[in-house]
Amino acid sequence: MTSMWGSIRGGLLTAGTLAALTGGMTAAEAQKTLRVVMHSDLKIVDPIWTTAYIVRNHGYMVYDTLFAQDANGEIKPQMADTYSVSDDKLTHTITLRDGLLWHDGAPVTAEDCAASIKRWAARDSVGQKLMSFVETISATDAKTIVIKLKSPTGLVLIGLGKPSSNVPFMMPKRVAETDPNTQISDFTGSGPFVFNKDMWKPGDKTTYVKFDKYKPRSEPASGLAGGKVVKVDRVEWRAMSDQQQIANALLSGEIDFVEQPKHDLIPLYKKDASMVVKDYNPLGNQYVFRMNWTQKPFDNAKVRQAVLYAFNQKDFLDGVIGNPEYYKECKAMFVCGTTFATEKGMEDKLNSNFAKARELLKEGGYDGTPIVLMQSTDLDVLTNLAPVGKSLLEKAGFKVDMQSMDWQTLVGRRVKKDAPSAGGWNAAFTSWVAADVTNPIAAAFVNSSCEKAAWGWPCDEAIEKLRDEFARATEVSKQKEIAEAVQVREGDAVTHVFLGQWYQPQIHKNTVTNFISAPAPVFWNVELK
Amino acid sequence: MFAFIIRRLIATIPVMLVVAVFVFLMLRLTPSDPAAIIAGDNATAEQVADIRGKLGLNEPILTQFFIWGAKTLRGDLGESFFFKKTVAELISDRIEPTLSLSFFTIVLAVLVAVPLGVLAAKKHGSWIDRIVMGFSVLGFSVPVFVVGYSLIYIFASELRWFPTTGYKRLHDGAGNWAYYLILPTLTLSVVYIALIARMTRTSMLEVLSEDYVRTARAKGQIERKVLFRHALRNAAVPIVTVIGLGIALLIGGVVVTESVYSIPGLGRLTVEAVLARDFPVIQAVILMFSFVYVLINLLVDLVYSILDPRIRY
Repeated sequence: MTSMWGSIRGGLLTAGTLAALTGGMTAAEAQKTLRVVMHSDLKIVDPIWTTAYIVRNHGYMVYDTLFAQDANGEIKPQMADTYSVSDDKLTHTITLRDGLLWHDGAPVTAEDCAASIKRWAARDSVGQKLMSFVETISATDAKTIVIKLKSPTGLVLIGLGKPSSNVPFMMPKRVAETDPNTQISDFTGSGPFVFNKDMWKPGDKTTYVKFDKYKPRSEPASGLAGGKVVKVDRVEWRAMSDQQQIANALLSGEIDFVEQPKHDLIPLYKKDASMVVKDYNPLGNQYVFRMNWTQKPFDNAKVRQAVLYAFNQKDFLDGVIGNPEYYKECKAMFVCGTTFATEKGMEDKLNSNFAKARELLKEGGYDGTPIVLMQSTDLDVLTNLAPVGKSLLEKAGFKVDMQSMDWQTLVGRRVKKDAPSAGGWNAAFTSWVAADVTNPIAAAFVNSSCEKAAWGWPCDEAIEKLRDEFARATEVSKQKEIAEAVQVREGDAVTHVFLGQWYQPQIHKNTVTNFISAPAPVFWNVELK
Repeated sequence: MFAFIIRRLIATIPVMLVVAVFVFLMLRLTPSDPAAIIAGDNATAEQVADIRGKLGLNEPILTQFFIWGAKTLRGDLGESFFFKKTVAELISDRIEPTLSLSFFTIVLAVLVAVPLGVLAAKKHGSWIDRIVMGFSVLGFSVPVFVVGYSLIYIFASELRWFPTTGYKRLHDGAGNWAYYLILPTLTLSVVYIALIARMTRTSMLEVLSEDYVRTARAKGQIERKVLFRHALRNAAVPIVTVIGLGIALLIGGVVVTESVYSIPGLGRLTVEAVLARDFPVIQAVILMFSFVYVLINLLVDLVYSILDPRIRY
């Protein structure tokens, strides 16, 4: 019996080996190829057109930025060689490094970058705010970009060094002149990897090839800044969605890196000595509860404040993440460990003070109509938030109608302003990549410009005034002061409730080394043994 | 016969029309918004509205339907909402894995199940019959994904004889192509082997008690010829029906198997499109599957007349 199985096994292994040697081992496979599984398949390839994180990650492969955030959160020149500001703070001059090339071999020019900044600014929230200060963006010669302002603002570097969606990626002028509301169809970048549309197989894999002519900075890589030295020939993003499938493939050596392994499976990986479990995104993510200001009862500030008193972060973090190694309670809405982090205004809140919450509900005149709380059921890192929220809200005196749906239905429904009984909604949970919410301009949920604000449509003049002041401030100390005031005002207005930070460790084989800690997963510097 | 084929092909038109209207309306009436999905979490209401306008989703449903219908009639299936690719490109990218998997599955299922069913009928009541029927019940009862994960665990994760996931294209080498399809084919075949073997056994049992079989034996025909030439041919009509139905049902199995093995075929494209609310892709794929279903039914009817000369159209 044993010998029969041995023969079968031998035969199969021989067949497999022969298949690999004769038919399948292509030249590409013989190269140093890093095989990774990202959090989703790449469907859209214009990182300015959408804010989806997978497209941002694609952007970091293919495109470069004028500035970038280093490991300490400081903005450093990237494509830029020098950067200067005039004494009146109205003229910002950026010169480009020597030797920068597009993937088609043409040199990167200041005109390309000026057009790219304009396209990015038409889409991005920080960019839009920045443009309200900009008089002109021009190229005075092949390498010099000049941004002239109508009045001083601190948003130039905050915007151009923005680490997360939308990142101001530089594109050739012919591409950057595409209508910002239309997807690009030319994927020429100047980043460390080349994206070839023919090697993009949606649902299967996306292949990036090392750009041999890329000229990295001389400094060592730090965060998203520094030298982007590519040490592999190709990076393949394999499309896999099932976590068990991913675990099988990783443990069998068919893939090298997983961006978002399920927390429940981490102990399984840790048992395997050939696996490395490490979190390369030090800021992590932030859970958020969002209320719809256009519908009762959350059109009332007292009722929104009641939520802030009813909730506590630990219950949510325990309910979803479970292991305290991967979460942190944090009462700073601009994320603990960042420049604008403060707990001011939140000291007595987020402690599940149900008596206070009930009192506020009464003051707000809540009539007991059930609130429609949307629960997404297909994303592990979100599913348990709604049941925990429902329980806490009910303890505070709310009546809750929790409606379960898949994430994409929730995304479609949350943009509707209809009454909850007519297909609208009252509240929902989501999660932000922490790098997206580190200041009052970038944090989309702080935007309180009514109709123009993100879903939930908060409307608060005081917050908008403070955001405007923040944009005008050019000194960090002044910006900190304003960020603190925004948070204090949030305690009354309550555009959203932030529910703590959580971390998503990555898994890779120990034969893959030198990953960079950054707010977005990047693959320069990575070595394959 | 030719007139019959033409009549049947013409009859597909109202069927396809009903499918088209149904799919189109179902997608438009579900509470989802592809524009919001495309725009991402950071998008403002204005950006979502811009994208909705670009996708033509602000038009009245009737207008949207006629635009899509007119394009489809011209052979233009439109462009995916998400991928910067046409639906035709996406389908042509994904059709090879699905056809390969379906082909191997049907061939394996027929080659294994028909002899098994014949054997079970011949040995009716014996331990062989019980084993075949036991396997058949098991094959029906165990879901495709359980079979898939079990095979992956045993043959890929533990024994490491096969890859756990993936697909290699035929142009990358026939060896690798076939090698990567072994486990998925086994996974998907189980239920069809069970189905066809059971039907073959039942049909054969009916036929084996017929006079002409006794006559064939009395004439001194060898048993193999009695079984396969005389009995099986007469038992073939219900078996072909089941095989035809099986091919149609394969569509569901392919979706699961492709998901379990991460095979970039039409099944996964359908799932991805549904999850992303990529309307043009969903509409095209469902129309295509419906057409295939209708076509298979037609082919089965035609095969009837070949197998049984008494059936004429």
